Amino acid sequence: MTDVKIAARDVQVYYGDNHAIRDVSVDIKDKTVTAFIGPSGCGKSTFLRCLNRMNDTIDICRVEGDIAIDGEDIYDKRVDPVQLRAKVGMVFQKPNPFPKSIYDNVAYGPKIHGLARNKAELDEIVERALRRGAIWDEVKDRLTEPGTGLSGGQQQRLCIARAVATEPEVLLMDEPCSALDPIATAQIEELIDELKQNYSVVIVTHSMQQAARVSQKTAFFHLGYLVEYGETGHIFTNPEDPRTESYITGRIG
Amino acid sequence: MTDVIADGAPAGRHKGSLLAQDTRTKKRNAAEARFKIYGLFAICLGLLALVWLVTSIISNGAGAFQQTFVTLDVTLAEERLDKNGNRDPDDLRKVSTFGYAPLIAEAMEAKMTETGIAVEGLSAKDAAALVSKESPAQLRNFVLANPDQIGETVTFEFLAGGRIDGYLKGRVSMESAVRDSNVSPEQLMLTDAFVEAGVVEKRFNWLFLTAPDASGQRPEAAGLGVAIIGSFYMMLVVLVLALPIGVAASIYLEEFAPKNRVTDIIEVNISNLAAVPSIVFGILGLAIFINFAGLPQSAPIVGGLVLTLMTLPTIIIATRASLKSVPPSIREAALGVGASKMQTVFHHVLPLAAPGILTGTIIGLAQALGETAPLLLIGMVAFVREFPDGPPEGLFDPASALPVQVFNWTQRSDPAFVERASGAIIVLLIFLLIMNAVAIMLRRRFERRW
Repeated sequence: MTDVKIAARDVQVYYGDNHAIRDVSVDIKDKTVTAFIGPSGCGKSTFLRCLNRMNDTIDICRVEGDIAIDGEDIYDKRVDPVQLRAKVGMVFQKPNPFPKSIYDNVAYGPKIHGLARNKAELDEIVERALRRGAIWDEVKDRLTEPGTGLSGGQQQRLCIARAVATEPEVLLMDEPCSALDPIATAQIEELIDELKQNYSVVIVTHSMQQAARVSQKTAFFHLGYLVEYGETGHIFTNPEDPRTESYITGRIG
Repeated sequence: MTDVIADGAPAGRHKGSLLAQDTRTKKRNAAEARFKIYGLFAICLGLLALVWLVTSIISNGAGAFQQTFVTLDVTLAEERLDKNGNRDPDDLRKVSTFGYAPLIAEAMEAKMTETGIAVEGLSAKDAAALVSKESPAQLRNFVLANPDQIGETVTFEFLAGGRIDGYLKGRVSMESAVRDSNVSPEQLMLTDAFVEAGVVEKRFNWLFLTAPDASGQRPEAAGLGVAIIGSFYMMLVVLVLALPIGVAASIYLEEFAPKNRVTDIIEVNISNLAAVPSIVFGILGLAIFINFAGLPQSAPIVGGLVLTLMTLPTIIIATRASLKSVPPSIREAALGVGASKMQTVFHHVLPLAAPGILTGTIIGLAQALGETAPLLLIGMVAFVREFPDGPPEGLFDPASALPVQVFNWTQRSDPAFVERASGAIIVLLIFLLIMNAVAIMLRRRFERRW
């Protein structure tokens, strides 16, 4: 069950002259929640964005090294980032639904990837995605209303539903709860736990408690280096590197 | 961590009562009040200037929409108009407008006898001069169009001459007529009598909007027809060219182009182009479109091309600003679900930027509509009496433009043209108001929150 889904080797990321990620090698397992923790500016979000090539949109950003998903190098010249992003979905820090109806928000991905042959199939996909996003019961009667009219937590779950609608294999989450209140956060965390049955989930978080609650594996980043990577329980109770210990005990960060 | 000194309060602490303002607070409040007064004063000054401008334009120009007409029954005598009696169009055409003038003089005499009005010392020729010099042409056009009416007596409404019209509008008086070689006090007396008899009256003048320009001697016949069509054609050219080119250029620069030195230079140059005096674009148009490409002078197509060049920077700057204002999170969301860059732009960014783009375009068009200087250089200032054909051929026919027509009329010596020019300004302002209203409406309609 726990095969390697993403394998990164000696990844370097540069923003212009700034060397943001240094020598990061990590194996991310399938059907597992992996948390990236670390102080602000340590490169955890940057590394996450390398996994679906979102950094391509930044002109000055340069990525070196190998990142392979299921053994295929995603930075190969033949790889189209559009196909990659259908396979590797992403949820962002701030809930960012399109200013369209709830239905259209979820249906957009399947539509552009041609996943539905007709309206009935599309309806089915939308319903399944909204159910997986644990928001179906709240919105099933108002699918035509704008997605921007939902509460923050609902918007974020809508975004998760939108991300899973394209049937990705990996789900990247960039601090998905940082703009939410504790109740909405608890709902999302519960959802993440369910999602790991079908996806490999990688989550960046500022909250160590959240990492401890939701993840099985944790990676600690510091100043662009991957300092320590291992079982979550191990990292939090028995860190090997003194920097990890300083961070989780609150002395740096 | 405390800065409390032994005796209690820190040095700077406010000691007085809260109910009384200390001098510092008073000073600050006074400064704020002064600033508000400056602002109010500036706004009042601006409003005053606007009100002054609008009232002066309207008081000068409203008259142009009213014109004095003289109603006469003209007998279209066959022996004068068609000596052979066979209604041959070629023969009819041989009779020039000079041949028609006596008919009007006869009709005038008949009208005077009929109404029993006689003014001492007024010759028949002078009496006939009450109607515009345009009238024989009007009569001739009617006869050429309706040859079967020859021999009948037909009732015509002729434009009154510019001075007679001016007399009814208060521009000409008995005193000024004494010194004026174009009008005599006797003619004005006849006018007074005719007004009472209902032969001469003032009413709304559609000809001002539909008729072509007229020469300097007959201001009463001058209209804006050709200018309105010319301006409309030019706006058509500008819209068809500037909107797609401008939006495509902005999308490329904003979303696709790499950010490097070349695009930086392009960006700076676009901003600079927006500030280039419009007459420079006129010279450019003269050199490129007329001298090099060999397009006809005075044609709306050339005017439209020049105005397109002038409007492009405005549209590009407005479009880029509204593309920039679309939050990056929307782009990320679309890219995140696997949309290509183009799908991201056309499905998500462009619809959100549309209100801004439309407003920018309409404001650019409004600017182009009021532009005069570049059109002078490409020959649009020429005196054009012929209506251009329908588009697209009509784009190559000579035409005038509204602002140029204003400029043109202000150059003429007859004071009646002051009124015409102000009237044309009113028409221009109405068009601009309509365009701005449309811009506001579109903005309201397409505006979305996120």
